Formats: sequence, structure tokens, C-alpha cells
Amino acid sequence: GCFVFKPSTKKRRLSEKTAHDFRSTSCDSEDTELRFVTYQSLWNQIKFETEQIQEDLNKQLLDNLVSFLSRSHSDFHEKTTKWTCRMKFREIPTAALVLGVNVTDHDLTFRSLSDVLQDNITPYVALLEAKDCPGIKNLMQKLMGQLMNCDIEVDSMEDEDCVQVSRNGIRCSMPSLISWYESVTKKTDSETPSKKRNSSSRHWQSPPVVVIFKDMESFTTKVLQDFIVISSQHISELPLVLIFGIATSPMIIHRLLPHSVSSLLCIELFQSLSCKEHLSTIIDKLLLTSRFPFKLGEKVLQVLINIFLYHDFSVQNFVKGFQLCIVEHFYSQPLSVLCCHLVDIKKRVYSLSHDQCENIRRLPSFRRYVEKQESGKQIELLTNDSFLKEETQKLLEDLHAYHENYVSVLRCLHVFTSSLPKYPLGKQIRELHCACLENRVWETEEYESSLQLARMLNKTDLLTMLQQCVEILMSSSGKEFDKAVEKLKEFLTQFQNLEEASQEQDVSVSSQKELQKKTDLYHLQKTLLELKESRRSKKLTKFEMLRFEVVDYIDRLVRKYLVPADNRTLHEIVYFNAATVLRGHLNAAPRTALHTALNNPHWYLKNQALKCDGGCISNKAPDICIVYKLHLECGRLINLVDWLEAFSTVVTAAEEPNADAASSDQVDDIIHARFIRAVSELELLGFIKPSKQKTDHVARLTWGGC
Amino acid sequence: MPNLEHPAYPAADLLQLESLVPCRESQVSMLLSIFGERQQFSFPSIFIYGHTSSGKTYVMQTLLTTLQLPHVFVNCVEYFTSRLLLEEILTQLQSCSPGTEQTSPVHCDTLNDFVRLFKQALASQELQDQTLYIVLDRAEQLREMEANILPAFLRLQELTDRNVTVVLLSEIVWELFRPNTGCFEPFTMYFPDYSIGHLQKILSQNHPPEYSADFYAAYINILLGVFYMVCRDLKELRHLAVLNFAKYCEPVVRGEANERDTRKLWKNIEPHLKKAMQTVYLREISSSQWERLQHDGGEPGQLKGLSAHTHVELPYYSKFLLIAAYLASYNPVRTDKRFFLKHHGKIRKTNFMKKHEKTSNHLLGPKPFPLDRLLAILYSIVDNRVAPTANIFSQITSLVTLQLLSMVGQSDQLDGPRYKCTVSLDFIRAIAR
Repeated sequence: GCFVFKPSTKKRRLSEKTAHDFRSTSCDSEDTELRFVTYQSLWNQIKFETEQIQEDLNKQLLDNLVSFLSRSHSDFHEKTTKWTCRMKFREIPTAALVLGVNVTDHDLTFRSLSDVLQDNITPYVALLEAKDCPGIKNLMQKLMGQLMNCDIEVDSMEDEDCVQVSRNGIRCSMPSLISWYESVTKKTDSETPSKKRNSSSRHWQSPPVVVIFKDMESFTTKVLQDFIVISSQHISELPLVLIFGIATSPMIIHRLLPHSVSSLLCIELFQSLSCKEHLSTIIDKLLLTSRFPFKLGEKVLQVLINIFLYHDFSVQNFVKGFQLCIVEHFYSQPLSVLCCHLVDIKKRVYSLSHDQCENIRRLPSFRRYVEKQESGKQIELLTNDSFLKEETQKLLEDLHAYHENYVSVLRCLHVFTSSLPKYPLGKQIRELHCACLENRVWETEEYESSLQLARMLNKTDLLTMLQQCVEILMSSSGKEFDKAVEKLKEFLTQFQNLEEASQEQDVSVSSQKELQKKTDLYHLQKTLLELKESRRSKKLTKFEMLRFEVVDYIDRLVRKYLVPADNRTLHEIVYFNAATVLRGHLNAAPRTALHTALNNPHWYLKNQALKCDGGCISNKAPDICIVYKLHLECGRLINLVDWLEAFSTVVTAAEEPNADAASSDQVDDIIHARFIRAVSELELLGFIKPSKQKTDHVARLTWGGC
Repeated sequence: MPNLEHPAYPAADLLQLESLVPCRESQVSMLLSIFGERQQFSFPSIFIYGHTSSGKTYVMQTLLTTLQLPHVFVNCVEYFTSRLLLEEILTQLQSCSPGTEQTSPVHCDTLNDFVRLFKQALASQELQDQTLYIVLDRAEQLREMEANILPAFLRLQELTDRNVTVVLLSEIVWELFRPNTGCFEPFTMYFPDYSIGHLQKILSQNHPPEYSADFYAAYINILLGVFYMVCRDLKELRHLAVLNFAKYCEPVVRGEANERDTRKLWKNIEPHLKKAMQTVYLREISSSQWERLQHDGGEPGQLKGLSAHTHVELPYYSKFLLIAAYLASYNPVRTDKRFFLKHHGKIRKTNFMKKHEKTSNHLLGPKPFPLDRLLAILYSIVDNRVAPTANIFSQITSLVTLQLLSMVGQSDQLDGPRYKCTVSLDFIRAIAR
């Protein structure tokens, strides 16, 4: 897998040096230790939660696989004399596991798969990767190593000869594998009953040997073919099951294996959950909940989602990015110490130091808040620490309540918007969430149009939606929704009462239609026009009235509860908003960075002398920068002599403004050496390479001759 | 058909052999006359070739076991290095001597060692007065081992000075084996394909005990009528026969037809077999799934085959990268300016298409393109600005690992890597939608 991504280094560094690292940069009054501890406990909770989600999502797939495996060799030891079994060709049971292109996530799936297998089916599971198996020999070595080691691990009480055999490097061939398998299975059979209990209760007499090919696409055809041919010859002695991990589509099997080989397999297809659904669940469970005090700002969330959708489809990376946000937040925001569960807030607020109080006063959202208060309270807030703490606690509790309400109302709104045609506010709840975080959602055009559409919903849809909303609001922990629930229920009963009335109306409408049927085109047009006129002026039906009321009520809920978080006081404490920092960490641009460094050395070196405007080339810049800038002006092939001349002109320009012609003819040796060094540095960086077309020229490799 | 006759072997054994190898009598009698009597020296090496499942391995094995000739049987695919191969031969040799002591692991690295150990093994046994046969199945693998292995096996009799014959079995002709340094020419022998009559005879031989031979033969006849066009592999045919036999018997079991009602039975089974040809035979659905379907009486249409799942979900930029790669692979470089630039100037109408370009680029296959061209096309086909971030570059690499792109030539990143797009137009169409 090559979705390169390594944010874990930061985490490792943090956990190794622990809070010490936090402290070294900021003074001690800012509760660094406590922040670190808070971060750790929060992250552990989130990590546990994500693993749980992953497990739940994979459950279906794993169950299917387990039942497939237990079915596959059920008749292994029955020496059947039945005609069909005797005549039928014995195929290798194979599971084709389609996992999606997010290769980085596969590891976790495979790990949980092999755990499940070892618990339920067989202790003999081998995981093979293409990079370890360039040839059939390496594959067999790897396979036998893994199988025999796993045996040693399972029953560590084993006598030593087994260990010795594997150490001595026995011949890596199928017969030795088979004899090993026979000896192992016989051993478990002949063991004393007391010892046998624990092993054979989980596995049966002859557990299958499962070989998992992690990345089917990368294996070479020959290795796979040979392995399948060999193992199919011994399938009656060694109950082998193959699992192919496939990232693209199952067609790859037919592309890699010719018919003569694929006819040795009995392939069944298993498909894992799509990664987009996985992400939706993760967002639903991690972000749209009031369980975790930490929140992502709109821009940050957008960055994370964009990386997921545009680049890698990797849920693992999304979670890692989320972790990075948490680390960054707790590291850079001294007040993040207050980003904790509601129960701890009081204690933490009251133990704040004076510096921290000043930090609170410096928060933009708090200053806005202060400005709105009357002057007496303003002075109190700005001078009296204990008063400030009281106020802070109250505000934070408000913020918590806001979150709880926000999530519930957001879900209600999503119930409505997700069923509208064309999805003006997005199909997924994450899109709605982003829209709500960004600005006042009710001021956007999309919201307007979705309300329009909602006013045209039919009755059955509306009823089910209302029902869903009631359920969501009932289950939320917010206390303010009793009234809302009552109101919605009232709507529901009103709709039910409408039933009879609407039926009567149906009759009248149909009679009207009857009339129109027997007219010619001209009359029809006329009547239709009249009908339209009348409808415009006609009073709305009861149902329509009620529908308007419902939509208006939802609108009111939205306006009340879905206020963007930026408007809340003290939102900086729980929201992480530094999107640019995150983008710099997660979506690095090496080419751009290199270009900036060489084109504008001032950016990184911060040396005033290097500052220059646009086009000109300063002779104080490092040699490589000068050479680089000069080479940008050339075409695909660069003449070295011309280049050197230009270089020496630039370098000597300022040193001796009135240089005589004779010296410029002969290039200084030192300048020559500097030039050669700079050029070879450029070659090392991959900007140029020696060309075979002309001897004294080099070829540009980047932005080829633009 | 000539009955097998040979003075050296008991008639009963020969008769049994004949019943076991139907339709291969002439080859067997030929082999027998080459082998001669037990103690006689035979031809040093015999090369047998023939198409897949023409009975090479089976005939050799039955011949040697029924007549109880001392032999060693090794599959060269399984013993993929020369060392493994030689050691395996020696191990089998130890175990085929009558009074076997506990076999100790043999270590044999080179052919020199092998000849020495081989002589020892033969000397210790009562094998000296009999010809020993070494059968190397899938002998084409020998070509990939050290250069001396194949010539040495061909003249093993001479090298060891013992009564030994090496039999090579392969699916390809001897001309493809001959090393350029020259070697001893083995006696070559061809096993022709089974004809449809042969197949019918062999397949009908093993009929299920519950039904009569005629009934089964009629079934085989129908089966061959459907499958003979696409498949002549005996193993595969037998497998298919077993899979579908239950369905064939269904009317009989239900009492709707008797065993002689061939027409009715044919009507019942024919569409079923055709469906099997499109699914099980191509391994679109597995045989166990097929059996379960049959058992439940469900329609095969419910189960989607492997190739039904062609859709691949890709990240946004990966899609564009792949499309750009496709364009770069199948469009000539000259047209880039015309297709991807806004102001490309006038298009010369005359002479634009040169003659050789009229052949479709799709027939010529993908052409390699440099990384920069890929990125340039990417920038022009994506609407908004794309920053050349590490994520974009890593996606190219991951497309290579997914085998959607392939890297051409050396893999030195500094030297301007070149790629090829390996996916089809249909795939690109599905992605671009």
C-alpha cells in the first residue's frame, strides 16, 4: 500500500517524552501536565470507540467468512466412498475478499480476521504479502515459518524437537509441510483429554490451514500459479483454504490466473462494507455526539473529509488526522484544559491560575461577550478572577447544552433534507453538519430551496419524517425538547384527524376531472387556465395549512438551535479551527516547498539580505538558488557553458561593478568550482540529468521546458 | 485394438493394465517394448509430450505401479529448486527399497553429489538387476534450473553406470527443450488428444452404482454435445459431469420420466448445462455455490458472478489521474496541444491524419508516457486548481500497486519515471461517469 502517511511520529514523540515536551515550550502556569493527561484519556476513549465501530462493521463479513471456512473442509476426514465425492475433482476452497482501494485500512481488517479465525476455526493462519514473496521459494519459506511458529506459540508446552526442526531450516517443500501438519494434528488427538479440552473445543480434529494473500494485485502471476498448482496436488492431505485480499475488483483473479489454474479453485466472493459508509458511521459516532467534549471546526472537518474523498479513501487516515487535531489543540491552546467532561468543569475552572484567566479574557469570543454586557459587569469580568471563573463555568455549561441540542436538531433537519429530490443540502449528514458550522444555515439559498421542497412533501413521507423526528428528540438528553416533542406529536394527531376530510376532497376533485374529460382541446385549455386562476386564489386546504405549519416549526427549531459554533462564547476552548496547520501537516506539497526554497530563499532563511522582488537574482543568495533561477529560464536542454557564464556574471556583478573585460573572459576557478557543485546539487535533487543527445548539455526534468 | 502382450510380464497384470488405461493401448505397448524385460537396459531417456490431460502422468503411473517396476515419480513444479528435486529423488529411492531402515534426511547440493549418492543408494539395494525408472513430470520446469540439470538427467544411465531410465513428461515439444550446447537426444513419444469417442468411452466407464451404464452413457453424450466445443480437458469434463448429474436424474427421481426417456431428459438438462458453461466452467461462480443453487432449486441469475463486480470505487483525484493516464497512453503527444489548450490555433485539415494513424490506437495498445505529461493533462482536465501535493504523487504509486497503471523501465524516481495505463476503455468509461 502506498498511501503514504505518517502522523504517528508526532504521537510517538509525545508519548515518549510525555508531558515534558508540552511543558518545555510553555510556562508551567498553563496546566500543561493536566492538558496532556486530558488529551490522553480523551484519545483513549476515542480510540476504543473507533475500534469498536470497526469491529461492529466487520462483524457481518467475518461471520460470513467463518461460516465459509467451517463449511469448506467439513468432509476432510470422512473417507467417503460415495460416487460423487470420488469422482469430483477436489478444488481448493478460496475466498475472494474485496476490500476496496484504501489499502492502508486493510491491515486492521486482516488482523481482526486472523484473530477471529484463530479463535474460532484454526490456529494455522498465515498472512502473506507480495513484497515478501518474489519467488515461490520465498513464499514457501514464509508460509512454513509462519505456520510452524504459530504452532509453537499455541502450545508452548511442546517438547523441544519441534522448535529445533524449525530452527534447523528444514526443506521448504509441500511434503515437509504435510508431515508437519500430520504430526501436529496427531499430537492434539493423542494428547490427554484434560489438555485436549481447551484446544479441541475451539478447533476440530483437522483444522484447515488458512493462507491469506494480503495484496493479490501485487503478487506475480507465476508465484501464484505455482503455489496453487502445488497445493492442489496435496489438497487431500492438507486441508488448505486460500483467502485473496483484493483491492480493485474480482476480475483480477481471471487476469492473473489462466483458466487451467483458476479451475483448481472454488472461489466465493465476499465484499466488505464500502469505506464511505464506514466514514459516515465514524463521523456519526465520533463527531455528531455530545459524548466527547472536543469538537472540530468547519474548515478542519472539511480538510479531513476532502483528504478522504479526494485522495485516499482511508478511514484509518481520517482517524489519524482526527488524532492530530486533538494533539494540536491540546498542545497549542492553553485553555484546552477546560475541554473536558461536564462533571470536571467546575473543579478545573476554579483551579485556574491568573495567567489562564488572562488567557480567557484574551479570547475574541469572550471579548465580544464582554462588550455586550453592561459596564458594571464588564469591569467585574475584566478585573475579578473569581467572578470570571463563575461566569466561565456558566458559559461552558451553556456550550454543552448547546451541543446536545445541536446534534438532535441537526439529525431532525437531516431527516427532512435527506429525502428531498436533488438533495439541496447534501445527502449525507456530514455535509449538513459542515453547512451548519460554516454560517447561519437559514441564510443560505440551499436552505431556502429545501424548505420550498419540504412544503411540497406528500403526506405519508411527512408522517414518517415527523415520527422519526419525535424519536430522535425523545432519545436526546437535552431537557428543552419536551415542548418540541409535544408539538410534533400534536401535528401527528392533527394529520390523522385530517384523514376523513381529505377523503371528501378527493371525491370533489375527481368529479371535477370527470367534467373536463369530454371537452375539446380549446375548451380544455380554457378550463385549465381557469382552474389555475382559481387555485391561486383558492384557500389552502387543511392539509396544506398544516404542512406549512410543520415546516415553519422545523424552521424555527433550526433558527434556534443550529447557530454556528463561531457565534458561541468560549467556543475556542472546545473547537479546533487551525485548518492551515492541519493542511500543512497532512497534505504536504514537496514540489512547492522545494520551489519556494530555491526561488525565494528568504522564505526559509529569513535573512534580510536575501529579500528581493520578483524577477532579479541577488548574488548573495546561495549558489544553488542562483543556478536554479538561471535554469528556469532555459528550455529542455541547457548548455553548460552558457549557464556557467550567466552564473559568473550574476556572482561577480555586485563585487566589482567596473570589472575589466579581460577578467570576465576567464572564469575564476573558484566560481567554476562553485558552479559545478551547485549543478551537481541540482542533479541530486532531480531537476536535471546528463543528456546523451548533446555532450555539453544537461536535460531538465521538471516542468519540461515550459 | 491390439491386446497388450509381452513375454516378460504375467498376462493377468497386462489385462488389468489394459482395463485401467482405455484408449491408450498403443502407447502402452510401445512403452512396454521400449522398456523390455526387467533386467534389460532400456533407452537412457524417454521424452513424452502431449496436450493437457492426454493421460501422460496417469498412464505412466498406472503402468509402473501395476507392473510393479521400481520407480521414482517427481513433479518438477513442486520441487522448484534443483536441490529439492535431487533430494526428493534420493528420498523416494530410499523408501522404495524393500528392507527400509529409518530414512535419514539426505543432503545433496549438486549433481556430482547426486550421482555419488545415487550409486550408493542403488548399491545398497537389490535393485541392480532391474531397470529403475525416474519420471519427471512437468519437465519444462527443468529448463529454469541450473544449465547442467537437464543434460545430466538425459544421460544419467551413462553418468551413473547403472540400469536407470529417465522419463520426462511435458506439455511442450522437445524442440523447445534442446539446450544450445547440445545434449543427448531422448526418445520422443507423442500422446495425441483424446477424440470425442475416447472421451465418451472414458467418462462413461465410471458410472454411479445406482444407475445403469447406458443411462449414464446417454448423459455423457449430452454433456459432451454441449461442452466438447469449449473444453476437452478430461478432468474438467468429469468434474462438470458430476456437478450436473443430480439435475439430470431429477425427472427420473420424481417419476416423471423413466431412464429410457432420453428426449425428455435432454430437454430438462440442456438449458441447465448451457448455463453451467457460462458460469461454473468459467469459474464465475464456484462449484459449491452451483451445487447449493441446484439443491435449493434457485435460479442461477440470483448469484452474481465474479465479473459482475467490475466497478471499482476510487478517490476523486485517483479517478482523474487514471483518466489522464489513459488519455496520455492512447493519444499521441502532438494532439495534446490541440485537446488540452484553450488557444491551440488553427487545425490543419489536410494531411492531419497520416496513413498509419488510421489504425486505431486501441489496437496498438497503451504507450508509455512521462510523469510530467500525466500531471499536465491532469491539471487541464480537473476544473479547479490542483496543488501538486504528496498525496497526489502517492496516489500514482498506489495506482501502480493496484495494477491500474504500470511503471515502464527502471524504477529510478530521479530519472523521470514513465508509466503505462493498463485499464480498458470500458473501465475508464465507468469511472468517468
